[in-house]
Amino acid sequence: MQATASAIPHTGLHEAHHEEAGFWSTYVFSTDHKVIGIQYGVTALCFLLFGFFLMMIMRWQIAHPGVAVPVVGPLLAAIFGDVAAKGIVSPDLYNSFGAMHGTIMVFMAIVPLAFAAFGNYVVPLQIGAPDMAFPRINMASYQAYVVGGLIMFTSFFIPGGPAQAGWTSYSPLATSIATDGQTFWIIGMVFLITSSLLGSVNFIATIIQLRAPGMTWMRLPFFVWAQFVTAFLLLLAFPPLEAAAVMQLMDKVAHTSFFLPTGLAIGGNLAHVSGGGSPLLWQHLFWFLAHPEVYVLILPAMGIVAEIIANNTRKPIWGYKSLVYSVLAIGFLSFIVWAHHMYLTGMGIRIATFFQTTTMIISIPSVIVLTCMFISLWGGAIRFNTPMLFVMAFLPMFGIGGLTGLPLGLSYADIHLHDTYYVIAHFHYIVAPGTIFALFAGIYYWFPKMTGRMMSEFWGRVHFWPSLIFMNLIFQPMFAQGMAGMLRRMADGGANYSQARVEGAIGGLSAGVMNLHTYILWAAVGLALAQIPFIVNLFWSIKHGTPVTSDNPWEATTLEWQTPTPPPHGNFAKPPEVYRGPYEYSVPGHARDFTPQNQPD
Amino acid sequence: MDIPYTVQPREDTGLYNAKVGIWLFLASEVMLFGALFSSYILLRVGSPEGYWPRGWLNVPVGTVNTLVLITSSITTVMAWASCKMNQFGRFKVFHACTLLLAVTFVCIKSYEYHDKFTHYEITLKDGRIADGHIVENDPKADHVVISGRYVQDRRDLYDLEVRKAPHHHEELSIPRSQIEKMERYGPWHNTYLAIYFTLTGLHALHVIGGAIVIGFLWGPGSKMWETDPERFTNRVEISGLFWHFVDLVWIFLFPVLYLI
Amino acid sequence: MTAQHDESFDQHVRRYLYVFYALLFGTLITVGASYIPFGNHAINIAVALCIACGKAFLVAGFFMHLISERKMIYGILGFTVFFFLGLMFLTVSAYADFPPLTVTH
Repeated sequence: MQATASAIPHTGLHEAHHEEAGFWSTYVFSTDHKVIGIQYGVTALCFLLFGFFLMMIMRWQIAHPGVAVPVVGPLLAAIFGDVAAKGIVSPDLYNSFGAMHGTIMVFMAIVPLAFAAFGNYVVPLQIGAPDMAFPRINMASYQAYVVGGLIMFTSFFIPGGPAQAGWTSYSPLATSIATDGQTFWIIGMVFLITSSLLGSVNFIATIIQLRAPGMTWMRLPFFVWAQFVTAFLLLLAFPPLEAAAVMQLMDKVAHTSFFLPTGLAIGGNLAHVSGGGSPLLWQHLFWFLAHPEVYVLILPAMGIVAEIIANNTRKPIWGYKSLVYSVLAIGFLSFIVWAHHMYLTGMGIRIATFFQTTTMIISIPSVIVLTCMFISLWGGAIRFNTPMLFVMAFLPMFGIGGLTGLPLGLSYADIHLHDTYYVIAHFHYIVAPGTIFALFAGIYYWFPKMTGRMMSEFWGRVHFWPSLIFMNLIFQPMFAQGMAGMLRRMADGGANYSQARVEGAIGGLSAGVMNLHTYILWAAVGLALAQIPFIVNLFWSIKHGTPVTSDNPWEATTLEWQTPTPPPHGNFAKPPEVYRGPYEYSVPGHARDFTPQNQPD
Repeated sequence: MDIPYTVQPREDTGLYNAKVGIWLFLASEVMLFGALFSSYILLRVGSPEGYWPRGWLNVPVGTVNTLVLITSSITTVMAWASCKMNQFGRFKVFHACTLLLAVTFVCIKSYEYHDKFTHYEITLKDGRIADGHIVENDPKADHVVISGRYVQDRRDLYDLEVRKAPHHHEELSIPRSQIEKMERYGPWHNTYLAIYFTLTGLHALHVIGGAIVIGFLWGPGSKMWETDPERFTNRVEISGLFWHFVDLVWIFLFPVLYLI
Repeated sequence: MTAQHDESFDQHVRRYLYVFYALLFGTLITVGASYIPFGNHAINIAVALCIACGKAFLVAGFFMHLISERKMIYGILGFTVFFFLGLMFLTVSAYADFPPLTVTH
């Protein structure tokens, strides 16, 4: 990426003289935000795929409890020994996979991809900066991420396997499980949190300090605003979880009782701990992070969606100011809604009402953002390229995910729906056909800037349509299952509570609800197959995609498209001068249907 | 294109990059220690009446440590001021003092930790509890000797002021055969010690980390004074800000853990 | 360095020294006040925390130069303080608002 050669020849471009850097400092120990962005991206995509495989194995077990997993069964038996004897997923293994699927997807796949990868690559370019404010800290943040990820990955191979207590790692369960997997999880989390903190300091300082001349706050592309708020969420919400992780580690290793109550009995025996702690304290500290974390998962995606919609409708985003204020409101409010994940912990009515109120209020700016995006489509000259397809699918998918959150936010309705498959469907709709679709769109969209080649449009559509269909086939039935009372994290898929097990049982899960598992499994297989064209397309197009004929193949207004392709070290020969807002598309009286931000009047 | 505003402040914000960076980092540290303080409040408020320790920490020793850190704060700001006044020699002197004070703090803390780790609570089979510092603990001997006292009611061990604990101790020889349970005053012993060790341990790690950074700037890093004195002064300022924050945390830790 | 510059710097240094003396004094009265029997222990806690806040203000305001810092930094810290107070008060309130007979520890 420290390319002196670019895809399009440029004359008169003066570059500062750098010594010829070796392989290691160019590609491994780079401090260039573009290289680091790609490093984050590739690592995150690998973890995304790995988390996906974990889910496939879990879905097999849910649909066919006690039956050996085909194809990979022997591999599981070889790695995990007795918890995967004969290739059958035991409940312990199921719990491990469930915990790690959540952890990997949230902390090692989506956030690094959405925030760190796209943010690192695009934000400095979009604000007209030569790099991030602290390039060496940037490199350190990636390295901390890799270390954390490796610790999480190796935990699969230690005796006893990885963490089993959910991605939420509730005490006392997390502390009382005898194996080391949970300890590895905590230590891995400390590294991942450190990586996030270093990254967020960098992003905020960069956006505040390194905006190019003329790039005022209200001329920033919405993507930058989204990343700015996301960085603040990470900065201020992660430390309490770090504190809690330290305390849980102390509980496990130093036998303290931060989260262990007096009189705790494990397996019928009184635990030899001092007691006096509170399991609820862990939950408060965990969710104080984990709620803003879900906004971390969605805000960068909203940013990407805004960029691509503006570009492919050839008109400005509708309601830029509303979007900015909404995203600031979401960031602010997200810190005071967390206990809506704890309605069923025996909370009193007053405090439950407080959190319910703030939860309902935060839905307003979220709806405003979605509405602005929808209205932006009106009257647009829409170009249905692959990024735009994914982005247009994002809108209703995120709509479904967001709206189904409302019953969960209302404490009374949540009594029925808490910890059921309804919750799984709700958040997966937001993250899977929501955020991940936006991230796919971002990859297709910014790929030409990174490589100088376009990804195949045809295979992009082959990727898109089945993905959209299968995403819905997987998660839509889960709403029904959840409302029928099917709980989360059951290794047998609820078979123990089915009407088939006890004839005539009142309230048991019906055969219809249980059979949905089989369809979901097939849909998951379909979704897996639909990703193959994407993976092949991604790698094949690096060398064989259609070369771009200009630095700005999408005819976009934002600054990252006004650089050479790929941008050289230092991005701009001299600081660009910004004269206009980010979405001057189809402005009456202008020569073309788009006017870049750095074009003078 | 070089990264701007590494030394010169940006006009509209009035700040140079590293200053924004360190304040952002300190904001996250406020949340980190804030979460631990919130946990302290919760654990204390939730503990049963009479079972939250008071008087378990040596107040004079803690006061000395507080004065040590406050002094290191003034030497830190004076070190930066010396750089601003172009007096490199005085910078070296002041930060040498800072480092010495940091080492003093950690040593005193280690002494306090050691004091806790040699303090035992021994429950005897007849229901009495012996509590005190270990004098002899030879595994081959059939007696354990501590310097402390016997209590009947366990609550006498907790709030030492309200329960009017005696200040003198005598040597008690306890046959091992009579010992039901023997436990040190480590973080596992009760939640007060757990939060004490965690809070002060994390704080001490910050002291050590800050001392390492200041040590680097005092030593090998001070070469930058020759080539770019303004940037070096900024680095001294940034590391100083971190150091003052560490002092700030202790200003709250001391009364919360030692006094109230 | 002009003489004027030196003078204003002397002023700064003197200010630092005054803050230092105030901090020493604050430490001593914190310890002293902890031995005063106010009757209600809550008063001791309040006094200790007030003095600590005062000392913190001095360190943050003068040693960390916050008293003359830029709006941007005030903004960042303002939000931080708000969220920290939110974490503390909402968590403690959640504990104070259980149905009767609930055991939390």
